Amino acid sequence: MSSILLQVIVSGLLIGAVYALFSSGLTLIWGMMNVINFAHGDFVMLAMYTAFLVWTAFGGGPAASVPIAAVVLATIGVLSYFLLVRHIMRGPMLAQIMGTFGLALLLRYSAFWYFGANFKTLPDTLLGPPFVFGSIRVDAPRLLAGTIGLIVTLSLHLILTRTALGSRMLAVSEDATAAQLMGIRPEHMQAAAWALAAGATGIAGALIATFFYTSPTVGETLAIVAFVTVAFGGFGSVPGALLAGLLIGVIEAVSAFMIGPVYKDVIVYTLFVLVLWTRPQGLMGKA
Amino acid sequence: MFLQRGVVAVLGAALLALGTAQNGVAQQSVRIGAIYPLSGNAASAGSSSKAAIELAVDLVNHGNPDLKDVPLADGKGLPGLGGAKIEVIFADNQGTPAAGQNQALRLITEEKVVALIGAYQSGITVTTSAMAERHGIPFMAPESVAANLTERGFKWFFRATPVAGDFARAYSEFLKEQQAAGQKTASIAVVNENTEYGNSVASVIKEQFAKDGLNISQVIPYSANTTDVQPQVLQLKEKNPDVVIFISYTSDAILYAKTMKDLNWKPAIMIADDAGFNDPSFVATSAGLVEGLVNRSSFAVGKPGSVSAVINDLYKKKTGNDLDDPSARAMQGMLILADAINRAGSTEPAKIQAALKATDLKASQVITGYNGVKFDDKGQNVLASSLITQMQGGKYVPVWPKDKAAGELKLPYKGW
Repeated sequence: MSSILLQVIVSGLLIGAVYALFSSGLTLIWGMMNVINFAHGDFVMLAMYTAFLVWTAFGGGPAASVPIAAVVLATIGVLSYFLLVRHIMRGPMLAQIMGTFGLALLLRYSAFWYFGANFKTLPDTLLGPPFVFGSIRVDAPRLLAGTIGLIVTLSLHLILTRTALGSRMLAVSEDATAAQLMGIRPEHMQAAAWALAAGATGIAGALIATFFYTSPTVGETLAIVAFVTVAFGGFGSVPGALLAGLLIGVIEAVSAFMIGPVYKDVIVYTLFVLVLWTRPQGLMGKA
Repeated sequence: MFLQRGVVAVLGAALLALGTAQNGVAQQSVRIGAIYPLSGNAASAGSSSKAAIELAVDLVNHGNPDLKDVPLADGKGLPGLGGAKIEVIFADNQGTPAAGQNQALRLITEEKVVALIGAYQSGITVTTSAMAERHGIPFMAPESVAANLTERGFKWFFRATPVAGDFARAYSEFLKEQQAAGQKTASIAVVNENTEYGNSVASVIKEQFAKDGLNISQVIPYSANTTDVQPQVLQLKEKNPDVVIFISYTSDAILYAKTMKDLNWKPAIMIADDAGFNDPSFVATSAGLVEGLVNRSSFAVGKPGSVSAVINDLYKKKTGNDLDDPSARAMQGMLILADAINRAGSTEPAKIQAALKATDLKASQVITGYNGVKFDDKGQNVLASSLITQMQGGKYVPVWPKDKAAGELKLPYKGW
């Protein structure tokens, strides 16, 4: 295998881990509450601006911006739940879709108003030089984002499957009334799910900001990938999002390199449709 | 209540009297519709153009003593229409041809504009100008360069900017000169976004270069607003061409600059076809990654006191940024439109159309580096021209042709 092709695969895996990272929040909300958060991309956008503000305020890198963005976004997640989602969940399905979609537009145009339309980037020297392994180069911000992407998705999975909090959250998602009879408050668990999901999204955004541009519409560009990743991996499945993210990253990179960048979407979406055709629940979703 | 109404009526009458007393003739404003990407991924470029158009309108409506040569910049409004002021109604094309078309229809039918200007992206200028054509409203395209825009047999379409063919010739001559000076230009790659703008410019470059015996060895079209450009850069790295020409909007331009550094690859000569690479937010975020990048521009800031310098200062005061090339061309388009409406002495579309056809501005009367403005039968400005600039120390400096250069061309491309 040529060293360039190896570099293509490594680049694909890294971007795939990032796809997984910013998709896990979306899949978590779905798994917990059967609500699609159309504002997800704009949550990522807010986290990216948070990282940018942290840097302009005191020159802080990811060590500062990641925890700050996680807290800020978790707060926004909880607020969104109590002020909006809790109410629209009682409405018809269409109200739920339009509700979070409205939230998306509100956040996007607030960003236009407050930050302006200009693109921002963090300095590319923030994390030091790339790592070089033979002929393979791994850019430090992507490596960090990819690694933390793996850690966060695995941690989310462990929280859901191995902790009491996770069991309670799953109980609420399976049968809120029965869970209530067992002494679990559904609203608290759902708020916790929003905090976890938005917090993970905050981490994702702060990391993506280290190697991507930030603009009010960046959420639109990223959200499409997140929706495909989640549907591919199986709605509600965090490991599914991880697997799907990595697969999409590598397939995109290899097909763009071998066949051409304009064809990569055709190839990814063809595979996507084929997977849904044979497994409508996605790779790792529950049937 | 009656008293209040009375006061309002008296005040209104007084204001009216004041307005008419100033000019002798009742003032009415001339409404022009401007369609630009104010949201979506090209919003940063669109809002720069919006500010430049506002500045042009401000010059006509309020004037500036340092700009005597620029037609109408004496602050008397449009003398041909009794000193009427210009009012611009901006509309957001949201970066999609369909939204642009809807906005054009709204501006024409609801806002009753007498002319349209826009729409930045060539692909959107296609649909918006078709709407103007159908309704018989003059359309000014100050910055869209796709070749076919003037090949549609439209009667109401006027384009002030130089077009793809002009740049392709400029790039070709420029590269041949570098070749003669000993630079390697044996293999050339073209990387283009695949909407109207990128595709048409790429194909015109391919034709021109084939005619001139320059070897394009690699063409990489890609979808704009992509999440990742690593595969494209790796395709370049694999073939390692001597020259790369990028045709991209802002978001992708930023990613290319970053990714080329990450993957440590650069050509000996890197050329950017304006657009994203001239966006002030590209310069602000990425100038340090693209030192020595060759670009094209129709606007260069001249000596202090020159028209371009005065305008750049005004623009900087308004926005905090230097006036970039696409925005300067947008501003020029608005000034041409104002000049034509003034000469038409009417807001009737047919008279404005006739005045646009008769436009004859000299090089000294334009704010861009055009040799003047004169439209041919297809509506193309035959005096439009552009020069080649190079990123030097965080700024684009005109370097070619020699008679318009303000700095020395430095090769090879340095990058970061």
